[in-house]
Amino acid sequence: MAVLLLAEVTDGELSLDATAKAVTAAKALGDVTVLCAGGSAAAAGEAASKIDGVAKVLVAEDPSLGHRLAESTAALIVSLAGDYEHIVAPATTDAKNVMPRVAALLDVMVISDASGVVDGSTFERPIYAGNAIQTVKSSDAKKVITFRTSTFDAAGTGGSASVETIGAAANPGLSEWIEDKVAASDRPELTSAGIVVSGGRGVGSEENFELIEKLADKLGAAVGASRAAVDSGFAPNDWQVGQTGKVVAPELYVAVGISGAIQHLAGMKDSKIIVAINKDEEAPIFQVADYGLVADLFEAVPALIEKL
Amino acid sequence: MKVLVPVKRVIDYNVKVRVKADGSGVDLANVKMSMNPFDEIAVEEAIRLKEAGKAEEVVAVSIGVKQAQETLRTALAMGADRAILVVAADDVHTDIEPLAVAKILAKIVEEEQPGLVLAGKQAIDNDMNATGQMLSALLGWSQGTFASELGVEGDHAVVTREVDGGLQTIKVKMPAIITVDLRLNEPRYASLPNIMKAKKKPLDEKTAADYGVDVTPRLAIVKTAEPEARAAGEIVPDVDTLVAKLKEKGVV
Ligand SMILES: Cc1cc2nc3c(=O)[nH]c(=O)nc-3n(C[C@H](O)[C@H](O)[C@H](O)COP(=O)(O)OP(=O)(O)OC[C@H]3O[C@@H](n4cnc5c(N)ncnc54)[C@H](O)[C@@H]3O)c2cc1C
Ligand SMILES: Cc1cc2nc3c(=O)[nH]c(=O)nc-3n(C[C@H](O)[C@H](O)[C@H](O)COP(=O)(O)OP(=O)(O)OC[C@H]3O[C@@H](n4cnc5c(N)ncnc54)[C@H](O)[C@@H]3O)c2cc1C
Repeated sequence: MAVLLLAEVTDGELSLDATAKAVTAAKALGDVTVLCAGGSAAAAGEAASKIDGVAKVLVAEDPSLGHRLAESTAALIVSLAGDYEHIVAPATTDAKNVMPRVAALLDVMVISDASGVVDGSTFERPIYAGNAIQTVKSSDAKKVITFRTSTFDAAGTGGSASVETIGAAANPGLSEWIEDKVAASDRPELTSAGIVVSGGRGVGSEENFELIEKLADKLGAAVGASRAAVDSGFAPNDWQVGQTGKVVAPELYVAVGISGAIQHLAGMKDSKIIVAINKDEEAPIFQVADYGLVADLFEAVPALIEKL
Repeated sequence: MKVLVPVKRVIDYNVKVRVKADGSGVDLANVKMSMNPFDEIAVEEAIRLKEAGKAEEVVAVSIGVKQAQETLRTALAMGADRAILVVAADDVHTDIEPLAVAKILAKIVEEEQPGLVLAGKQAIDNDMNATGQMLSALLGWSQGTFASELGVEGDHAVVTREVDGGLQTIKVKMPAIITVDLRLNEPRYASLPNIMKAKKKPLDEKTAADYGVDVTPRLAIVKTAEPEARAAGEIVPDVDTLVAKLKEKGVV
């Protein structure tokens, strides 16, 4: 059966990593058609057509689809839904905004953050901050799913799917974009980086957080943070790793001054190697760390930067 | 304007959950239950709108087991004016799916005619992150999800949203569904006098059948399992050893 996959398109550009990971998950379900929607989306469509396993690309460009407003994007997907049994997307904030809306319009349940595909109607997903993995079987005729990107490898590129341009659906006109506040950064993206260095409340201040950033830059890593660090204003919201932030699974995750609350662990415990630096030997983060260093971060991190 | 706040009773966020040995789910017998933390933020925001003169009445709704009364009393103690309990399950282990919850909420919206619904962005038990968006779809209303700032200005609201790339600000037409994120506000604690007063505030009890909504789940639970445990690690004595170990593994 056919699968419609909503590609992650930001300001006209395809997020290849998130989209290609979702393609890997979706391939198991049937022929994959990728939908690139946006104010501009043609370039994204070109890029998506090269992902291995993509059978076809649909490009919908319209001002109403810019900035991924949920109402217009959901209306477009629902207008296309007739041809597909599965409607899927990577579990980004954009997709989590849109897909439950799509599901309700189709009178089906949404399956959020699926981490495994058992068969065409059976999926695994983490619940309770990843403390349990539930296998659910859908009885709905159509399945609307977001895939947790950290658990799937990205599909390769080298394909050459056909690209078709389609129109937008009628704009419900319910919301308007005003502005985006996006910090420009040369660092790798948090959810696709091979190494992530995260700081917690123990770092103490926004100024001290530069130490975390220096270590990250030394390692070519992305920077993450605990909720406490974000709430305290040490780090921006998009750096938050955890149950209610981003889920990462890099080769190496370095947690500095983070206690290891279950909500934080939910976002990083699938990392290949975990390093924890904390001055409290009782900190729960040490229970998941491959290498723990009981030390004052203000001594250990500068030493680490020097010796790497 | 009336504000409707759906609040869910969930396992307390400090409790370590245990998967039942038979794989049927998570053990919720005799564990501490609390209001979903995101919903506390939603209740707080609704009360602040009332205090700012932008809302006249705050109505809290919960759908689930009878014990969700306690959760509603907490909302009332924080400052909600009245509450509606929709009993839709007898056993705490029966959870109601977001689609069914959204359908019931849609019926309540028809009756109550609120100008705004403030929900949590996700419930910390099932982490579905869906109910608000689904309700918005069913009503054909606008949606502003993951809000970290909210300004209600007459026929529209300006919402700043926490998204993967940073922050996005949008303008939504009222009536709207807003789902709240962690940094919108810091919820107040209910004072003892307010807890006492809350006991006298009206709490209507209904059932899912009163609204004619079929709550049969669409997702059958095949099994619930413990996640794979990580192998035990080691404590390294110093930075040099740490660097040596990481080099050995080839990650730096
Ligand atoms: C609904 C909800 C959702 C949540 N979602 C998330 C989420 O997505 N992500 C998340 O991270 N949290 C989340 N939390 C919060 C979580 O429960 C914890 O409060 C948070 O993770 C704690 O952050 P922390 O480890 O930085 O701070 P703390 O727990 O305060 O730990 C700080 C650590 O730093 C150490 N330290 C202090 N000084 C030094 C020093 N000089 N050198 C070395 N170590 C030092 C201390 O020993 C301590 O272990 C959520 C909570 C709720 C209720
Ligand atoms: C022990 C257990 C047993 C389960 N059994 C079954 C089963 O037998 N069959 C089955 O299909 N599924 C079952 N489930 C799964 C469950 O039905 C859904 O997956 C779950 O409801 C997902 O939604 P959520 O609560 O995470 O909602 P979210 O969409 O994450 O919630 C977001 C917001 O919506 C509002 N909200 C959500 N629910 C309510 C509510 N009840 N009342 C008021 N406001 C609400 C709140 O404002 C909340 O912050 C079970 C789950 C558990 C933990």
